[in-house]
Amino acid sequence: MADTLMELRNVDKFFGSTKALKDVSMSVQPGKILCLLGDNGAGKSTLIKVLSGYHQPTNGQIVFEGQETRFSGPREARQRGIATVHQNVGSIPLMSVGRNFFLGAEPVTGRWPFRRIDTQKANAIAVEQMQKFGLTRVTNGDQLVGTMSGGERQVLAIGRAMYFGAKMLILDEPTSALGVKEASIVLKMMRIARQNGAGIVFITHNARHAMSVGDDFCVLIQGEVAARFKRNEKSREDVLNLMAGGEDMTELEDDLEQID
Amino acid sequence: MKNFVRRPEAGAFAAFLLTYLFFLAATPGTGFVSINGTAGWLNLAAELGIVAIPVGLLMISGEFDLSIGSTVGASSMILALGTNQFGAPTWPMIGLALMAGAAIGLANGMAVVKTKLPSFIVTLATNFIVIGATMGISRLIANVTSASIFASDSAKLAFATRLGQANISILWWVLVAYIGYRILSKSTFGNWIYATGGNEDAARAAGVPVERVKIMLFVATGVCAALVGILQGVQWNSGNSTYGMGYVFQAPIVVVIGGVLLTGGYGSVIGIVLGTALFGVISSGIFYTGWNTDWIQLFLGLLLALAVLANNYVRRLALTAS
Repeated sequence: MADTLMELRNVDKFFGSTKALKDVSMSVQPGKILCLLGDNGAGKSTLIKVLSGYHQPTNGQIVFEGQETRFSGPREARQRGIATVHQNVGSIPLMSVGRNFFLGAEPVTGRWPFRRIDTQKANAIAVEQMQKFGLTRVTNGDQLVGTMSGGERQVLAIGRAMYFGAKMLILDEPTSALGVKEASIVLKMMRIARQNGAGIVFITHNARHAMSVGDDFCVLIQGEVAARFKRNEKSREDVLNLMAGGEDMTELEDDLEQID
Repeated sequence: MKNFVRRPEAGAFAAFLLTYLFFLAATPGTGFVSINGTAGWLNLAAELGIVAIPVGLLMISGEFDLSIGSTVGASSMILALGTNQFGAPTWPMIGLALMAGAAIGLANGMAVVKTKLPSFIVTLATNFIVIGATMGISRLIANVTSASIFASDSAKLAFATRLGQANISILWWVLVAYIGYRILSKSTFGNWIYATGGNEDAARAAGVPVERVKIMLFVATGVCAALVGILQGVQWNSGNSTYGMGYVFQAPIVVVIGGVLLTGGYGSVIGIVLGTALFGVISSGIFYTGWNTDWIQLFLGLLLALAVLANNYVRRLALTAS
């Protein structure tokens, strides 16, 4: 497929003798949400780090925009348009919405030595972008980010990544620390980001959230892709059973190891 | 009004106003509010204020600098030995003193960034190293730890002019405060200072060169401390290794009274200026009441304790929805 954004082909990642990822293949399409489901220890974090350039695969290939790629680090991945939004990191509570939004890429106005941050412009764009993604409560760019809810901060971080040209968004458990209402704000935002053509990797252990927005699904168990399916191919019960089944297996194997 | 209370300088403003009014009421007819009286407390505040500004910016970025005291002394001794012992012209020696300040700041910054040790302890070590080196080297060169300064007339004009009772250091304070304000509140670099102190990981993830931000602030602090050494040296016609030791803790104290959070990430230059002015008013006001000046320390200690409590409260207030 020519329009595939990123593809992993038979990727292994070993740390010494620990096999964190085994023969993982998956592809991220623009305008689609790929849900990565899995329990703790299933290899989700390792996979995120491979996708975002922190780790290089031990074996296998990463193909980004049709070219085989080895990212030298997260910086290169970011420059190529891969944005990772972590659950907690990313915003500074005691700074305003506008200043947070443009941190590291502040718009300036005036001549040196009187060059200054164009606060009006920064605030206006930040508020406009957040409203575009369905956040209507924040109307003042001078508001401190610390006064916003967890969901609103996620929206800020995602909106920021999109504004600065991210083609691929890696969202690490964006909804898991949030209440129902907050989570729905973030899920709504992900739909809007998808409409805008972003390829989204949505990492979660919440099957309900995944089912409500996902196009493609990938279930990871013990570093391996245990199941792969598309929207509407499986019911929510199937997905839950699949994940729960994986969990049972994990526990069972842990128990067996302890007997040894 | 509610928005004003949320601002970092709100507490310092209220404290300054109350303290000023207190001394106004306590010292009727003594000239505390006269032009000369005002010049008096501004003089006391000005030199401390010049170092307090960069120290405050550094604290907003999450770091301390306790080496300022010895840098003031070292700078004055460079000027003294240069113009006195070696008969060197004044301005190049002033340049050398400022460069020495920058070098001390650079060393602090590199040490803190490379070792990742708390800057509190790193710069405390620097403070002793620099004062020890200043005394030792001065002894080796001239067998003194203080010496006269022979400044040129133009240097005296720039650093020791007096208008009535007011020292030109007040103008230098205004200049440094204005530059500090432009940097912190208006410039891109200021945004990075807040971000570095507010959440270093997030700042780094957003592409802010947090190490460079810190090193540059350490350098600025060193240069400003050296400037104070030059001001004092030229005013008093002498250099002394122990000049400025009082600033080591006074500067962080007025910065905190000015509303800067000890944990970094929050504060303002206006607040730091008000905190410093408050220090000047107390130090000078006590004198006008005729009380023993020993009470100054007690006042400062109480204010510091109050300020730390108030700052935490203001921070919480700022984080509640408006």
